Amino acid sequence: MCLGIPMRVTKLLPPDKALVESGKVSMEVSLLLVDNVAVGDYVLVHAGFALEVMDVDAAEETLSLLNQLANVEE
Amino acid sequence: MNQLQKLRDPKLLRSLADTVKSLKPSKQITLMEVCGTHTMAIHNAGLPGLLPPGLKLISGPGCPVCVTPSSYLDTAIAISKEHNVVLTTFGDMMRVPGRSGSLTDLRNEGHAVEVVYSSLGAAELALRQPEKEIVFLAVGFETTAPTVAATVKCAREKGMANFTILTAHKLVVPALKALINDPELRIDGFILPGHVSVVLGSEPYRFIAEEHHRACVITGFESADIMQGILMLVEQIEKRDHRVEIQYERAVQPNGNPKARAYIDEVFAPEDTVWRGFGIIPQSGLALREEFATFDAFKRFPVTIQESPEPDGCRCGEVLRGLVEPSECSLFGSECVPESPVGPCMVSTEGSCAAFYKSSRRPTELRG
Amino acid sequence: MSDAHKKEAEKITLAHGSGGRMMQRLIKEVFLEYFDSTELANLDDAAELIIDKSRLAFSTDTFVVKPIFFPGGDIGSLAVSGTVNDVLMKGGRPLYLSLGLVIEEGFPMQDLTQILESIRETAKRAEIDVVTGDTKVVGRGEVDGIFINTTGVGVILPGVDVGGRNAKVGDAIIVSGDIGAHGIAVMAERNGLKLEGDIRSDAAPLNRAVLPLLERFGEAVHVMRDPTRGGVATALNEIAVSSAVGIVLEEAVIPVSEPVTAVCDILGLDPLYLPCEGRFLVFVDPAVADDVLSFLHDLEECSKASKIGEVKGSSSGEVQLNTVTGGKRLLDMPAGEMLPRIC
Repeated sequence: MCLGIPMRVTKLLPPDKALVESGKVSMEVSLLLVDNVAVGDYVLVHAGFALEVMDVDAAEETLSLLNQLANVEE
Repeated sequence: MNQLQKLRDPKLLRSLADTVKSLKPSKQITLMEVCGTHTMAIHNAGLPGLLPPGLKLISGPGCPVCVTPSSYLDTAIAISKEHNVVLTTFGDMMRVPGRSGSLTDLRNEGHAVEVVYSSLGAAELALRQPEKEIVFLAVGFETTAPTVAATVKCAREKGMANFTILTAHKLVVPALKALINDPELRIDGFILPGHVSVVLGSEPYRFIAEEHHRACVITGFESADIMQGILMLVEQIEKRDHRVEIQYERAVQPNGNPKARAYIDEVFAPEDTVWRGFGIIPQSGLALREEFATFDAFKRFPVTIQESPEPDGCRCGEVLRGLVEPSECSLFGSECVPESPVGPCMVSTEGSCAAFYKSSRRPTELRG
Repeated sequence: MSDAHKKEAEKITLAHGSGGRMMQRLIKEVFLEYFDSTELANLDDAAELIIDKSRLAFSTDTFVVKPIFFPGGDIGSLAVSGTVNDVLMKGGRPLYLSLGLVIEEGFPMQDLTQILESIRETAKRAEIDVVTGDTKVVGRGEVDGIFINTTGVGVILPGVDVGGRNAKVGDAIIVSGDIGAHGIAVMAERNGLKLEGDIRSDAAPLNRAVLPLLERFGEAVHVMRDPTRGGVATALNEIAVSSAVGIVLEEAVIPVSEPVTAVCDILGLDPLYLPCEGRFLVFVDPAVADDVLSFLHDLEECSKASKIGEVKGSSSGEVQLNTVTGGKRLLDMPAGEMLPRIC
């Protein structure tokens, strides 16, 4: 029940906001719900807030697994 | 994320679709996607047409618009009419029909209704216009509730006196409990909501697997995620190995986001609440705690509204519980169509009926 | 009218103006009752008139866009390109424009002159002259800033016959560039969402692409439409109904820029329903489709032109999308205005 998209942190805006970017579009989000965010991190953005810092390694693993699954049928 | 583009690679998606298509379940399998955003993603990708025989997907009650009772909207509309406030809302709510019309109708009549992307936007509006009363319609599940909680806390820190919220937040797990205890329901596995789980983690769903022996996979929202989730669920079911797995590992930690949950706990308390189509589900809604009473629009703007019976013939309740298909409702496609919806399942773009409407009117070459 | 439609008939609502089904019904079931013209009943972007053996294209449009100034344009540039493009979509070389202004008391002179400058520049690009005009000033609150009406006339190129009813089975459907940019630029300025980056409206007059295209491929061009309000999905639905054909699109080849994709992801929008003000759809004989594409690719503004679908004989009036995943869905008319969502 929720749209959320991964966006890359490009600038921290203390005390509790950051500028995030995806597809050459930037916007401000609140960091109140997350900790230890650094420039370069990817955060999941929903309704103007970062909900979580995304796990880039896990994303790679998912991609890898998906490609394997896809190749099974070829 | 460049990874996002890779996840959307057409070749990958076609191959995954082929894998799904060639599944041969040993018995009829019915999966439920709980979350309205999943319903929409599934229909937008045309996935139902790609499922093999023996595999069925039905939609559940995770559409906050669909399960919000008419009385909530009627209250918002009454507050606007009696108290000259500016209503602020997510776009999702604008077309939901209440007893005497929708928020869009209200705006057309000249009342102040603003669509916002974030509760912070509503609070900022209140800061910019201190002479006006701003009421924010706080709708959504555990994904959205922490964002609203944070906004309310900020409003308190700033000592804002012209900002209130009308809460209709709901909790997913109590609804899942109600669903799963329904003897009529035949679901073998759940596509669990990815973003609610970012907040909750995987623990709260364990009872579904351990006590009720259903497969569970917490799934993301890309087509690739959903297809992987389906494959993982079928595997669990075939192996009779019922667990809560996380497909959406890049966003969901088993422990969820404790900080977000802490915000919810600090600002809100669970209460019994009505779900359209279900009746009262205990401890399934959120109300503002006493300490935040000054931000409670229910308290600041008391209004009386009339009870609204469900429109005659509307079967949203049964649709939401996965008991009937939208096409089994006699209003579907005739009185109840997207541009003039009778029930909430047709209003919301992610509602089961709206999604079904777009696919059931398929040209003949699409059918079957 | 059905019961559902009767309910909507009592008052005009914003949904009636948003380019979707309700607007269609308003025009077809209410407006057309009052006028006899067969040309009007065609409901094309422009009317074809025959005056003393000259074939003319004649079109009018009123602009109420909010915000008045947006990245990539303003109400002035839009007012010119909007009508110029409508004339072009009927196969006409645009020549003359009228300009009607309704201005709210208190509107800043500086804004007015900026808009006029915009109109002048766009008219120059479109190679048309503004030859007649009208100005009204109304009290505060009676219009929102400024509303502009433009009416345009042009001469239809010889041998060219384009219209919403002319789609033929087998036609290739080509879009001249990436979609949704105008809709995003306008929406980004609203909704209290501050977006920065590569978000510019695509609003532009299309004469430099359309006229050479028609001169070269004339008779092989059956339909042209600029996908403004309601976007590509709405334009194609209208044509499918007018021509009584079915349309099938391939999602994988529909050009959408990164910024538009990103904003659609954030706000929960579908680019197929977002207005474009500097793009056109063209239905051509399949035999020339490849040549048309090469031709367009040589033009700077059409470098992303793509063949996105074709016309079928079955499923009359419906538009089907073959999804990237390999599934299918119906691309229906929108129920009302496009709204951002969180779910």
